[in-house]
Amino acid sequence: MLDVVNLSCQRGERRLFSGLTLSVASGKLLAVSGENGSGKTSLLRMLCGLLPPEQGTIRWQGTPVGELGESYRGQFTYIGHLNGLKDDLTPLENLQFAARLAGVEATEAACREALQAVGLGPQIQRLPSGVLSQGQKRRSALARLWVSMRPLWILDEPFAALDDAATRSLTRRLEAHVKGGGIVVASTHQEIGVAPEFMQQARLAG
Amino acid sequence: MTQLGLTDAVRDVIRRDLLVALRRRADALTTVVFFVIVTSLFPLGIGPEPAVLRMIAPGVLWVAALLSCLLSLGRLFTTDYVDGVLEQLVLVPQPLTVLVGAKVAAHWLISGLPIVLLAPVLGLQYGLGGDVLGVLTLSLLLGTPTLSLIGAIGAALTLGVRGSHVLIALLVLPLFIPVLIFGAGAVTSYIAGIGVEANLSLLGACLMLAVVLAPWATAAALRIALE
Amino acid sequence: MSVTDINWFKYSSPQALYPLAGKLTPWFSALAVILMGAGLYIGLLLAPTDFQQGDSYRIIFVHVPAAWMSMFLYVVMALWAAIGLGLKARPSYMMAQAIAPTGAMFTFLALLTGSLWGKPTWGTWWVWDARLTSELILFFLYLGVMLLRTSIDDARRADRASAVFALVGVVNVPIIYFSVQWWNTLHQGASVSATAAPKMAAMMLLAMLIMSLGFWMYSIAVILARLRCVIREREERSSVAGQVERPVAVGGV
Repeated sequence: MLDVVNLSCQRGERRLFSGLTLSVASGKLLAVSGENGSGKTSLLRMLCGLLPPEQGTIRWQGTPVGELGESYRGQFTYIGHLNGLKDDLTPLENLQFAARLAGVEATEAACREALQAVGLGPQIQRLPSGVLSQGQKRRSALARLWVSMRPLWILDEPFAALDDAATRSLTRRLEAHVKGGGIVVASTHQEIGVAPEFMQQARLAG
Repeated sequence: MTQLGLTDAVRDVIRRDLLVALRRRADALTTVVFFVIVTSLFPLGIGPEPAVLRMIAPGVLWVAALLSCLLSLGRLFTTDYVDGVLEQLVLVPQPLTVLVGAKVAAHWLISGLPIVLLAPVLGLQYGLGGDVLGVLTLSLLLGTPTLSLIGAIGAALTLGVRGSHVLIALLVLPLFIPVLIFGAGAVTSYIAGIGVEANLSLLGACLMLAVVLAPWATAAALRIALE
Repeated sequence: MSVTDINWFKYSSPQALYPLAGKLTPWFSALAVILMGAGLYIGLLLAPTDFQQGDSYRIIFVHVPAAWMSMFLYVVMALWAAIGLGLKARPSYMMAQAIAPTGAMFTFLALLTGSLWGKPTWGTWWVWDARLTSELILFFLYLGVMLLRTSIDDARRADRASAVFALVGVVNVPIIYFSVQWWNTLHQGASVSATAAPKMAAMMLLAMLIMSLGFWMYSIAVILARLRCVIREREERSSVAGQVERPVAVGGV
């Protein structure tokens, strides 16, 4: 259960949104839409504690995240605009380091499987990430979701730069996560193909 | 799948940075080559008089080490900041101060340790004797980690800021002064026959203080930079 | 801390500070003029001529109080920075921002007068005296705080980053001071300290104290005036950028 109460966001001198209140129950995917600059990214960054809210509270399972501190960071997986990949490491190495730093001992086999699931075959898994295309890099970052054990996923434009096959694959993964009682908060420009009963919508008006 | 603890996280942060440095050897080499060139310039500018060279050697080698450290600081967080790895590091459910300490340790292994190891060789250019070279190496071994720790604060504060390369020098160099004084002072006093214990203990004290305080300030600065 | 507390700090306080600072500035300015006038009168005309240094020593009536103020203001600035970081209070950052240039000015004044004093006393403009060197480093630290602030566009980040650096500096200042003294004894460079004042007559001491008080009043007046500029500047920037509240529509389920 993720609750947002009366949240306000100010970037620089600009007020992006204020009085934002919403609640995402377990087993739901919240799709956050809105124009460019309406504060979607800021909202997601607030949800994961990168950006302290100007005003308002964020609660995870009823407790304000400020009180949870470090343990809250163990509850979610965040994939932002930036892929978080080192150009000099292979997709496999990047994924292994990311999983281990997230506190999970992911085996090489599990990581290979995750990369395979996003369409990055054994050949590509051996290349330095720097030479991959934008779409491949994005998929390489999203592969973290296949090894993530966290209940809450916070995803910034997860479908951007993905081809049809990868989009379908990610959609299935998200649906499996919410069906298992997980929560997804994703900003997006397009429709997400997850079954409507699992979906929640929020629109940030610009 | 087992849960991993803090020591694993620290080891992974260091291992990742070392692996990246290994794949990008040119970056680390630049710092070392810079150190070699700067120390070789002084005899050319001052003249080959052995007595003069011996006298300026501690200061020259220490200032060169300090500048090499400064040169390598830009890389400490910048690439991680640009590719989003830093963002992920801040979200790791372990204390950021400790992870920052791990990053600084990796930075020292990549750009500090080579300088410590090279210094005695370069000291030969200045006609320093074997025992003096030993003191020089020891002082650098104690002092350069402090430089990396203090430098990390400056690197974090100037992350993504206009003209950060020049700004970082302005912020960090004044803070380096005590290390420079005690480090070069150790070698100078040894040459003068005064004894080195006091200077080396002070260098050690600086290191202890930096280990305790610098990661904390760096972590705060990183959080500010990532907002 | 409740939400209303943050609100009070963020919005009400600068608005309350602005007129208050405006009211106080003339009084402190007047006090500064009177005290500095009296200090200079006593120091330059009434205090006896030093039998070793002649009249050139009289620069200490500016030099010593300026050096005191430079160090004191750095500590005060760091204190406001710490309060800002601790309470997330915008006015404290504004105070820190307002103090920095005055502190830097006094540091520069101390360096300049120290150098002017050095010429007739030791025949050289600069000696690597421990205190002068520390003062020089302090000047660099002030420059660092100010340049870091101006290099960052986002006011919030600029506030907090320069506050962290001010605090790092304040931890380092005693270490730097000690190390420079250590270095000075090691090298035995200058045997005379630039600020080791000659045996002071009561009159000299009086002049110095009054000048110090005058500098205090001057600092308060200038800092309050600058605080008003900072408040107005920030308010103009935010009103130009538009404080327009964006309506938020949230569709459920």
